[in-house]
Amino acid sequence: MMMELGRYAVPVLTAWGISAVLIVGLIAQTLAASASARKALEEVERRG
Amino acid sequence: MSIWEYANPVKFMRVSGAALPWIAAAAAICLPAGLIWGWMTPEDYKQGATVKIMFLHVPAAMMAINIWVMMLAASLIWLIRRHHVSALAARAAAPVGAVMTLVALVTGAVWGQPMWGTWWEWDPRLTSFLILFLFYLGYMALWGAIENPDSAADLTGVLCLVGSVFALLSRYAVNFWNQGLHQGASLSIAPGERMSTVYKYPLYLCMLGFFLLFLTLLLLRTRTEIRRRRTAALLAREVRA
Repeated sequence: MMMELGRYAVPVLTAWGISAVLIVGLIAQTLAASASARKALEEVERRG
Repeated sequence: MSIWEYANPVKFMRVSGAALPWIAAAAAICLPAGLIWGWMTPEDYKQGATVKIMFLHVPAAMMAINIWVMMLAASLIWLIRRHHVSALAARAAAPVGAVMTLVALVTGAVWGQPMWGTWWEWDPRLTSFLILFLFYLGYMALWGAIENPDSAADLTGVLCLVGSVFALLSRYAVNFWNQGLHQGASLSIAPGERMSTVYKYPLYLCMLGFFLLFLTLLLLRTRTEIRRRRTAALLAREVRA
């Protein structure tokens, strides 16, 4: 696969790598925040 | 049935909860499929393998602008009709828009270095995109800085109106000024230059995948904001009791 990218392997892999990190990070943060908010609400509702 | 019924948080949670798995599944199919298809495309005769960057750059840039337009619509609904879900949806969309803008800026810079010979140029489109990114950061910071949620929604709504100038400028800058380095729109319904179908179809699929990803994240994050608001209200009631 690297062979197919030729002399532009570094910019292509850099662009895809940084984008993957940013998008996967956003998804992970969204899921973590969602789980945390759900847990906090359940706890308060259980108390009340 | 009126669309305003969905401004009721209970109804919104019920409907979005039912739709979310389907939208998330569609995003989980379309986005990887589009990206793999884009990755497999042959080298362009001018750009070589850097054409593969387009499958991230174009959909991310498209979403960066459209998410701000969605935030504008949601902010206007809040400012005019005072529906809390719309204000929370605008808040929920901002981090997604900021990441999309950053992806567009980074991939554009990485593509520009070998193609234009520079990482950055103070070109109208590039500059307006950078300002749009700063507006996203300012919008999120303003939400976090104001304690009263209604005041925060009011002020961020106004900021969103002002930032819309740059969102629209990002979209149309290449049409306003000819001296910019950035080329015209990659896809257009106007007659003339046409992108090869070898690139066009995987690009369409990537754009659909990015849109579905945004919709999934928007629903998830809006539900999170509603839960946080409800938790805060219950805690406030406990303190009063």
